Amino acid sequence: MTATAALPLVEQFSYGLDAPICLTWELTYACNLSCVHCLSSSGRRDPRELSTAQCQAVIDELQRMQVFYVNIGGGEPTVRPDFWDLLDYATGHDVGVKFSTNGVRITPAIARRLAGHDYVDVQISLDGATADVNDAVRGSGSYAVALRAMRHLADAGFAGFKISVVMTRHNVGQLDEFRALADSLGAQLRLTRLRPSGRGADVWDELHLTAGQQRQLYDWLVAHGDSVLTGDSFFHLSGYGSALPGLNLCGAGRVVCLIDPVGDVYACPFAIHPAFLAGNVREPGGFTRVWRESELFAGLRQPQSGGACESCAAYGSCRGGCMAAKFFTGLPLDGPDPECVHGHGERALATADTAAAPRPAGDHSHRTSPRRGPVPLTLTRRPPVSECNANPLAGFAPPEG
Amino acid sequence: MACAVSTELARGGEFDLDVAWRLAPQVQVRPERFGALLYHFGTRQLSFLKSPALLAVVRGLATQPSARAACRAADVPDAQLPSYRRALGTLAAAQMICHQEAA
Repeated sequence: MTATAALPLVEQFSYGLDAPICLTWELTYACNLSCVHCLSSSGRRDPRELSTAQCQAVIDELQRMQVFYVNIGGGEPTVRPDFWDLLDYATGHDVGVKFSTNGVRITPAIARRLAGHDYVDVQISLDGATADVNDAVRGSGSYAVALRAMRHLADAGFAGFKISVVMTRHNVGQLDEFRALADSLGAQLRLTRLRPSGRGADVWDELHLTAGQQRQLYDWLVAHGDSVLTGDSFFHLSGYGSALPGLNLCGAGRVVCLIDPVGDVYACPFAIHPAFLAGNVREPGGFTRVWRESELFAGLRQPQSGGACESCAAYGSCRGGCMAAKFFTGLPLDGPDPECVHGHGERALATADTAAAPRPAGDHSHRTSPRRGPVPLTLTRRPPVSECNANPLAGFAPPEG
Repeated sequence: MACAVSTELARGGEFDLDVAWRLAPQVQVRPERFGALLYHFGTRQLSFLKSPALLAVVRGLATQPSARAACRAADVPDAQLPSYRRALGTLAAAQMICHQEAA
């Protein structure tokens, strides 16, 4: 159309907006699961978590700023006792909600309530089309819980809920199965990129897609992209040729950001680290002031240098890829993405001091690991010495010598 | 809030400039330097208006007897009508705008 402004939309967005287009809001670090790749290293609730009233104040601000929807996650957001009330409060204040859940609290009654809610969208996380692939990443029994939740939503008539999959080396071969599952439930498939963020930093080397798998995913997205959501997270794959649907840019601090459970505002949900911390919603001026005045965000809204990438023909489409992926693999921010489709990332990783890569901050992982396999314990019966001998040493004979 | 119009347009039908349109009831507008963000709370879809002039047209729809009149009221030159028609067609296909009697 001739009625366009001087700059393409992507350029406009790279200089930031007065309010985010949407944002991610993690309501709690508490989670019933311990997924190995958790982007926020969730598990235990943080005692400084925002109260109900503080959450409502944030929603009031989002309404004033006309942020039309938030992507709520965690942790497992539905374990907050006030979660359903906050959901109603947000939608009652013109802030639509898309929330991500592992499905643990999606009972038939909750599913019916959600199905009747115009402004709410639900994403069930599933990282394998089969229980073995899923549970290896998300924990024993998590596949069954997710599938149960999906069936409840489908039975309640919730059309178009999302099945949200983090692509890994082990599930990329299941793309068609994921889509068949979504189709059978009247759901929509959403695929996102594994980042080396949170606990993901510990498993990225083993789980991120191989070069061949990236190509496989790209070809699949080109063939099926119109019916699959990606959260625009694979823009680094645009380096293969034609751009994928969506905004092909890093929106961190420009059009999106993260509010974490304690109110800290980070440039993006995959960047929980002091280097990307812009402020806290509890400070004077609230979220609005952090968004509009933080030095960090002002810096991100300046023209960025592509560094070594600028001479590459693909730079115009991939724009150097994901900031968080570079940061947590120890690569410079003005160089290639570690998964650069032209192999520049792999070469950079080979020479980078990856041991010195910054560690994700704010670990809320469970302090114990989930039990895998049987407990190594033998149960024996030792009858009392006699009916009434209460001496704790009854029957005890010290070893000779 | 399914709209027969959007189905027709999705099949490649032409946007009718000569009937009365309006913003769909569940749509909100956020003005921006480049134009505006539109969000439909029912379909949960986001659209971008890529110029302030297009925003002026969209805002004027509800008070004008036709989309053509809304374009004229926003000082859109006749030569640009085809591109505005395409832009409005895209919005109608996304259910962002609908016929006035449908609202």
